[in-house]
Amino acid sequence: MTETVAVTWASMTPVLPELLLIGIAVTLIGLDLFAPSQRQLLPWLTVIGCLAALGMVLGTDPVSAFGGMFLTDGYAMVFKTICLLGVIVTALMSEHFRSVAGMRQGEFYSLMVLSLVGMMLMASAGDLMSLYLGLELMALPIYCLVGLHKRDRRTSEAAVKYFLMGSFASALLLFGMSLLYGLTGTTGIEAIGEMIADTQLIDSPVLVAALALLLAGFCFKVAVAPFHLWTPDVYEGAPTIVTAFMSVAAKAAGFAIFGRVLLMGVPQLYDQWGPVLAVLAVLTMAVGNVTALCQTSLKRMLAYSAVAHAGYALLGLLAGTAEGLTATVSYLFIYLFMNLGAFAILMLLASGPDRLGESLDELRGLAGRNPLAAALMLVFMFSLTGIPPTAGFIGKFYLLKAAFTAGYTTTVVLAVLFSAISAYFYLRVVRFMYMNEPADDRVLRLSPGMSAALGVCLLAVIGLGLFPSGLLDWAAAAISG
Amino acid sequence: MSIPLLSALIFLPILGGLSLLAVPRQQTATIRQMALIVSLLEFCLSLPLLLLFDKTTPQMQFVEFRPWIRAMDINYALGIDGISVLFVLLTTLIIVLSVLVSWEAIKDKVQEFYIAMLLLEGAMIGVFCAMDFFLFYIFWEAMLIPMFLIIGVWGGPNRIYATVKFFLYTLVGSLLMLVGIILLYQNGGQTFDIIELSGQPYPLRLQLILFWAFFAAFAVKVPMWTVHTWLPDAHTEAPAAGSVILAAVLIKMGAYGFLRFSLPILPDATQAMMVPMLVLSVIAIVYGAVICLAQTDLKRLVAYSSVSHMGFVTLGLFALNQRGLEGGILQMINHGLVTGALFLAIGMIYERTHTREIAAYGGLATTMPVFAGFFLLFTLAAVGLPGTNGFVGEFLILLGSFERLPWTAVVASSGLILGAWYMLWLYQRIFFNGVNENLHGLAELNLREILTLAPMVLLIFWIGLYPNALLSYLHVSVTHLLDQVHGANLGPAIGSTLGPLF
Repeated sequence: MTETVAVTWASMTPVLPELLLIGIAVTLIGLDLFAPSQRQLLPWLTVIGCLAALGMVLGTDPVSAFGGMFLTDGYAMVFKTICLLGVIVTALMSEHFRSVAGMRQGEFYSLMVLSLVGMMLMASAGDLMSLYLGLELMALPIYCLVGLHKRDRRTSEAAVKYFLMGSFASALLLFGMSLLYGLTGTTGIEAIGEMIADTQLIDSPVLVAALALLLAGFCFKVAVAPFHLWTPDVYEGAPTIVTAFMSVAAKAAGFAIFGRVLLMGVPQLYDQWGPVLAVLAVLTMAVGNVTALCQTSLKRMLAYSAVAHAGYALLGLLAGTAEGLTATVSYLFIYLFMNLGAFAILMLLASGPDRLGESLDELRGLAGRNPLAAALMLVFMFSLTGIPPTAGFIGKFYLLKAAFTAGYTTTVVLAVLFSAISAYFYLRVVRFMYMNEPADDRVLRLSPGMSAALGVCLLAVIGLGLFPSGLLDWAAAAISG
Repeated sequence: MSIPLLSALIFLPILGGLSLLAVPRQQTATIRQMALIVSLLEFCLSLPLLLLFDKTTPQMQFVEFRPWIRAMDINYALGIDGISVLFVLLTTLIIVLSVLVSWEAIKDKVQEFYIAMLLLEGAMIGVFCAMDFFLFYIFWEAMLIPMFLIIGVWGGPNRIYATVKFFLYTLVGSLLMLVGIILLYQNGGQTFDIIELSGQPYPLRLQLILFWAFFAAFAVKVPMWTVHTWLPDAHTEAPAAGSVILAAVLIKMGAYGFLRFSLPILPDATQAMMVPMLVLSVIAIVYGAVICLAQTDLKRLVAYSSVSHMGFVTLGLFALNQRGLEGGILQMINHGLVTGALFLAIGMIYERTHTREIAAYGGLATTMPVFAGFFLLFTLAAVGLPGTNGFVGEFLILLGSFERLPWTAVVASSGLILGAWYMLWLYQRIFFNGVNENLHGLAELNLREILTLAPMVLLIFWIGLYPNALLSYLHVSVTHLLDQVHGANLGPAIGSTLGPLF
């Protein structure tokens, strides 16, 4: 940074939502320490804080703050909204989880909110430095969250695995960034793009190497094959609530920097990264969907399904157009609700201390003993498959259309076929719930937060399926505006 | 039209179905009655369509239009022409009868069953009314969910295999069609409007690609030969009402899709692919009929006879002339009524004996004479005896295909002979011979069951003796469709030389 940036109170306006959230995070841990009897308030405080931050994010004017390091453009706004909504729904769900799993609560909410600040920083990053800062701020709390049940060997293993893999990915990213800096002499993402356009860098093999390293790093973060190998183990090992949080919010933030760097930083190299992403997307869908076919654990199945959905979301990104980006954003928005809904039902089932409830067998005859939960799961499963009139279909259709318009016909046809394969394992859930006899007649208990979370997810999945116009227009306006 | 009649028809069963949620699960009697009332209301609501329909214009009628997803120019556009009006009526009628036939057969999860059935009805009506390709696809796919549940939850012993097979077959076909829809959208001026999409000069190569993409979805649904294997399983394992709806309405949607999309939008490809389609149809006719002779399972036999009969339908459609098309469409209705009636009857007998093995029956004519009478009528209609509706449709189809390609009609007519063979043989094995020991003391049909079958008998004779009642709705629309296929200049010539036969 060669210029001097004056930091005044007024210049802090763009980061007010982030500051508010940091305040909330500190308050949460303070409340947990000094008022242990009031712990049941923690989730609600998180929800209210995030709602306030959401209001501020939606109301922020688009500016470029801190010398271009922090952007509050429409692009940042939509991704921040997705991450905030993800945390809000997760917090509502964890209100239930806390009572059954006996987790440390202050830390949980505080770490989650801190991680959220990292995500919002990633969404707003206009500079490789702030991007990396946000990435680490997001990742470090999640490493801790994954290992929250420290006496459970599975979560400890998952945490260590995630930490090692994550650090490795960060190192790759940093290496790529340093190459970019060495080539262009700047860390500003837009400046890099201009530099590449102005000079003859486009032919430089080092630039291609930098791009490859960046792609590898991003693919690690959003769990795109062949960099997805950590995902199933970590997702399965982590406490379910953390898995749910990671699979939507962290993934959305990952896509935020992915799209920002590719479309703002290196759009000149589209001919290189477009086809590569197409291959990776197909590979991801293949690996995710085919492997999910033979899982016996519902949680692990959802983990592979999360991998597959990263592949779908990539379809919009690889189009390299505003329409494609809009499609990806809309899809992540919709995916948030359907995936969290599915995880919410999983949490209801796996309420026991022995975590036996994560197996698919637990679903047997659910329609008989709890018709409501079964009906909700049915809706979420059909939405994940992409069957209308659920929102999952609209999201997938938009992605396919964007990739098709960009000329990736083969990719689209393959995506559609893998989507048909995915129907088999999503339907298996429905089959177990509706077409098998119940093994026991355990009654599921719904807490207020859980009911609220499920209500929000159902409303969004059906509502956005029937009236998607608002979401699509909003996303399109934000991306292009 | 000031009253949005089509929207009302789509949403009445959906809202009616959801309103069943308000009834406590244990009150199954109330749930059944409510479902019956909703389906009857729906049927009454569909009658004005028939009366107010203007038979003199090929234009869409009862049109509704509302922007839906502006970003992609997707509209909530509804409308019906002379072809779809008949299918809407068929659907509403069949659902009433399906509710009746499930009255005692469905004992478990009654609430879910009727909700699924009414939601299915709404989606099916939507398929026939949609004037926007995207909207059509939404309804087309949405049907899968309730049907998947109806077969899988309330079906026979092998129901899960059958329903997953049904779902996956249909889904793969539909998804390929979805890619086709996007391709068409890109090349047809960024619109999903069916009227705008048809009549555009697409290059032949594109038309052929689209034709096969659509073929994937429609042929699976019909089902045409090679992709028919889901049908015997689904039909056999589905509960009576599920088989009836599948046979009467769902599989008609494939043929309807050809009529609504492939023919008018892709006329050149349709003509280029006419002979392969005719050949596939003829194979389906003969193959389905021969397989029928080897069946030991009652429902499976009727299912394979559907393959054969739907072969007649596609034979008529792809003859691409007035008689063939009208015969094909009429035969779709006929097959819906007759096979629907056969499945209703089989459901009633299955409820009493709990077996579908043909060998387990015999001498039913002695124990259940009224039932035997009904079944005889349906058998004769399925065989195509003159005087019943089956004769008119098959005769028109054979005429049409003979005009187009004589040898197809010759081979196809062997399907008629085989049809008489397997149906009459089936009748003999079930109703004549000595009375099987297990069948003594079977209860005769009760009033509810007679009332369920009676409308079918009336319709079989009504259409058989006065086919013009239905054909009059078709003439103008079919002529218009043929104009689109052959180019507008040829249209009137074809219309006048052939003329309406009935």
